Amino acid sequence: MSHKDTLKRVAKYIKKYWFYLLCSLLLAFLTVCGTLYLPILTGRAVDQMIEQGMVDFEMLFSLLRSMGAVILITAVSQWLMSLCNNRMTYLVVRDIRKEAFDKIQILPLKYVDNHPTGEIVSKVIADVDQFADGLLMGFTQLFSGVLTICGTLYFMLSVNVIVALVVIIITPVSLFVASYIARKTYSMFKLQSETRGEQTALIDEMIGNQKVVQVFSKQEDVAKEFAQINDRLEACSLKATFFSSLTNPCTRFVNSLVYTGVGVSGAFAVISGYMSIGQLSAFLSYANQYTKPFNEISGVVTELQNAIACAARIFELIEEDPQIPDDEDAVVLHYDDGEVSLEDVSFSYHEEQKLIEDFNLCVKPGQRVAIVGPTGCGKTTIINLLMRFYDVKEGSIKVMGEDIRHITRDSLRASYGMVLQETWLKSGTIFENISMGKPDATLEEVIEAAKASHAHSFIKRLPNGYDTVIGEDGGSLSQGQKQLLCISRVMLALPPMLILDEATSSIDTRTELKIQNAFAKLMKGKTTFIVAHRLSTIKEADIILVMKDGNIIEQGDHKSLLERGGFYSELYHLAK
Amino acid sequence: MKGLLKYLKEYKKESILAPVFKMLEASFELLVPLVIGAMINVGIANMDKNYILSMGGVLVFLGVIGLICSVTAQYYAAKAATGFAARLRYAMFTHIQAFSYEKLDTVGTSTLITRMTSDINQVQNGVNMFLRLFLRSPFIVIGAVIMAFYVDVKAALVFAVAIPILSIVVFGIVFANIPLYKKVQDRLDKVTLATRETLNGIRVIRAFRKEADEIQEFDEKNKTLTGIQLLAGRVSALLNPLTYVIINLALVVLLYTGAFRVDVGGIKQGDVVSLVNYMSQILVELVKLANLIVTLTKAMACASRIENVMQIEEGMGENVVQSDDNTSEINRCKTEMTDMSDDKTESQEAFVQFRNVSFTYKQASEEALSNMNFSVKKGQTIGIIGGTGSGKSTLVQLILRLYDVTKGSVMVKGKNVKDYDLDELRKMIGYVPQKAALFKGTIKDNICFGKPDASHDAIEEAISVAQAKEFIEKKEEGLDTPVEQGGRNLSGGQRQRLTIARALVRRPEILILDDSCSALDYATDAALRDGLSKLSYHPTVFLVSQRTISVQDADQIIVLDDGEIVGIGKHEVLLRECEVYREIYDSQYKEEVESHES
Repeated sequence: MSHKDTLKRVAKYIKKYWFYLLCSLLLAFLTVCGTLYLPILTGRAVDQMIEQGMVDFEMLFSLLRSMGAVILITAVSQWLMSLCNNRMTYLVVRDIRKEAFDKIQILPLKYVDNHPTGEIVSKVIADVDQFADGLLMGFTQLFSGVLTICGTLYFMLSVNVIVALVVIIITPVSLFVASYIARKTYSMFKLQSETRGEQTALIDEMIGNQKVVQVFSKQEDVAKEFAQINDRLEACSLKATFFSSLTNPCTRFVNSLVYTGVGVSGAFAVISGYMSIGQLSAFLSYANQYTKPFNEISGVVTELQNAIACAARIFELIEEDPQIPDDEDAVVLHYDDGEVSLEDVSFSYHEEQKLIEDFNLCVKPGQRVAIVGPTGCGKTTIINLLMRFYDVKEGSIKVMGEDIRHITRDSLRASYGMVLQETWLKSGTIFENISMGKPDATLEEVIEAAKASHAHSFIKRLPNGYDTVIGEDGGSLSQGQKQLLCISRVMLALPPMLILDEATSSIDTRTELKIQNAFAKLMKGKTTFIVAHRLSTIKEADIILVMKDGNIIEQGDHKSLLERGGFYSELYHLAK
Repeated sequence: MKGLLKYLKEYKKESILAPVFKMLEASFELLVPLVIGAMINVGIANMDKNYILSMGGVLVFLGVIGLICSVTAQYYAAKAATGFAARLRYAMFTHIQAFSYEKLDTVGTSTLITRMTSDINQVQNGVNMFLRLFLRSPFIVIGAVIMAFYVDVKAALVFAVAIPILSIVVFGIVFANIPLYKKVQDRLDKVTLATRETLNGIRVIRAFRKEADEIQEFDEKNKTLTGIQLLAGRVSALLNPLTYVIINLALVVLLYTGAFRVDVGGIKQGDVVSLVNYMSQILVELVKLANLIVTLTKAMACASRIENVMQIEEGMGENVVQSDDNTSEINRCKTEMTDMSDDKTESQEAFVQFRNVSFTYKQASEEALSNMNFSVKKGQTIGIIGGTGSGKSTLVQLILRLYDVTKGSVMVKGKNVKDYDLDELRKMIGYVPQKAALFKGTIKDNICFGKPDASHDAIEEAISVAQAKEFIEKKEEGLDTPVEQGGRNLSGGQRQRLTIARALVRRPEILILDDSCSALDYATDAALRDGLSKLSYHPTVFLVSQRTISVQDADQIIVLDDGEIVGIGKHEVLLRECEVYREIYDSQYKEEVESHES
């Protein structure tokens, strides 16, 4: 995304808060006028005190009174301006975060699967934060800076043209220096922010898998790897920080030249009688005020560069192509039965690596499909396709004769109950986690479901029962306990079709046997897909899909497959 | 903040030179109004153009020296700040790495990540600004006051009144803001957590169509964050206007008194200009100082959050033993003594031994394991079986000392695990956790994770025993196939087999398989066990499983139920004598009876 596009996008977000922007601009105008008028009044006041015994007190007092008024007006508008800016910035940032988060919910899973969590998190959190800082500084200082420059120019020209010209000629040098530095440092900031992202990803990975790292005594090696990135970050951070901080001293040097110019030429003007000493005093404080916004603007420019680099990274996420939206006339699935058919389905995650090809399957309502095969043969892929986490490359999957690409995702997914091998729990209470699929469930219903999945007995023993808050990713619950909770979810939601992916792999067989009974009840009359290892489950299935290397190599029921004497019967006899 | 200062120590030179050069620059700046005053009082009054020009030369000279000083200062400040941040990040990372799993559970990963990234960035920024400005600004303010008094004591009195009032206002606002910024960061943590969670659970969220709820929840957290940000912003918005009012009212008073002083001939007009100049210099510096203080408050809030993490005691570490001064010393003597007496009887043979071991998780009301006693001989295979939550994983993790026992002791080779150097202990053990966690890199990197110098033979042996050979060879790049973060590009079973190979490649004396075959089918599982029994180095194997079929050939099977051992022995014996074991067996055996029938 180019610089300009990024800025355009930022402008779009700000547009919503045009009222605050307008107020902020008006108030900035008032503030600047006040700030500029004050030195003039001061200059006039100085001119009232020519020398001993020649002080015009009456005039002085009225000048001092108007100074007081100007000070108050300026301060109040400055205060209000800050409030407007704060509001605008934080609201814009809130909107961007919200949009980024909303986007995550509709991104194709492919994107999420292919990007480290830490990287996306760093975009939504750290980058947005940096952007907020830059934006706030921009609002606070950019506009008032420009106004100050214009106002000062006007005042100076109206007082004395020659001295004003001195200022006008020297100052662009300052601007030139500042923009030169800003241009040079942009790429440094970008590198810094990229290196930071890399480091965050590493931290995420290593802290997340701390146990493994500790057990293999890898702390030192990991620390070394960290140190290596850390050193790179230090180096590019030093570069970015130092070079961007040159702006201030350089522009300040130019300022001192301006100041000297004003002093010398002003003094000459006073000698020649073109100017009073009070006016010289006003000029000198203008010279300060005039160059100060240049400093600030250049500071703001570097900060904005940084902010834009961050914004660009966030927008990359926001602009990412979402999953194909539901067709406008997409069918809402009403599921009295659940016929599922796969017709000539081909699919692969990567173009070059073929996975599923020309796959045909017809599942009649209420049938049970067991998917078996050696580990890594692509069983999970079928689930990805059935749930429409991924779209098929060729062919189609139909539920009740309707292509699932023509069914609302909501109703499609609502008709499946899914228990995955990888358990996932939300930080929140046990109750919230179980009632995920049915938010209006009563406590009784939840307990009922937990009993059916045999989770009730351990939940009961937790400190606060169903109100026990569990931490991120299940916190201290065991794998098996987590899996029981995931099963309880499905037990509660009672969907018409089921997808069970090695759903009981971490549960002991005694408990499992009980769950199996519950499942049997649940599965009755429901179309079910089971990725299974256990023979009893497999044997009872109406259709057994035997998969190897992404292909369905055998298909049929237990008996016919055994008679065939192929891969399945080999597996079966081994397992016995 | 204090606790973090030690990371700045290495940059002592830079941290001193930066402000010193800044002060030099400031002193030259302070001379400017005097030169201007002289220009007016002497040059203009005497119509001396040469004098004015030479004063102009002086001003340019001051500017050049100021530039040199300030560039030097900026460099040292940047160097100290970025170096400091790098040291701190590294220290924090290694510190967190030493956390026990229990600690990590309680603190939470995402807050650690924010603290390591965005908090440290803020602190780096703070240090940088601090070094650049914190001395400079007060120096200019105080310097300007002194210079003002040097010009005229009576007219300068207003400075003496205005400055204290200003300080009170500035610091008052700043201190009111510190707790607010802390809150901002805490809310930000919550937003981070929500983002991480939604990414990790994306499949479940979509399956349960919870996208809208997730969005709503995030919105709430996001709004709370915005709310508190606005509040903090409102407070700091007062800072600039208030300083402006105070300083300019002081200016009005200065002009007022200045007028009287000029009227009685105490000072000249040029002196009034100088005084006004000093006043405006103070204003400029105070605005800078105020902004600096805002940055610093943020940095301080962040620093204290970092410090909180740094103050968390490292979980295990050898220091645990040392910290229990005398009593542990005595205990150790006792254990050593019992060791000696046991030597003759069983310890010689006992390779791993649990003596009256009980363990309670922090914040748990009940014991997870109670009163465990058993011993294992070298080269034996131990099956551990039991229901979900019966304590199987906890038990094997005690051997690794991932947790410390609450009572009793775990002995490996006759030595308490607490007396081992953690690395030494863990190097003997190959551990395969329940959750197959892989790291970004290649397959080879992952296998050699615990032993980077593993020989080709060792790798080949490990992958073939772990049943990973076949799928690895099928990959075009074989061992060099890239693995994405968390092993996302591999299936659950493939990941599990790689984690097994990872443990085997070290040729460990003790091998712990913590229910690590759950994603493997029967055939692979059987082949794996067969391979393990044929290993030339005969490791002592702890095999946690749900399936009796996996453990029935073990030399000893430990049956756990609700944290207690309800049976130890061989398969046949347990079938006869242990009811729990029989139940488990029956639940699985039935399948097989049925399958025989068909």
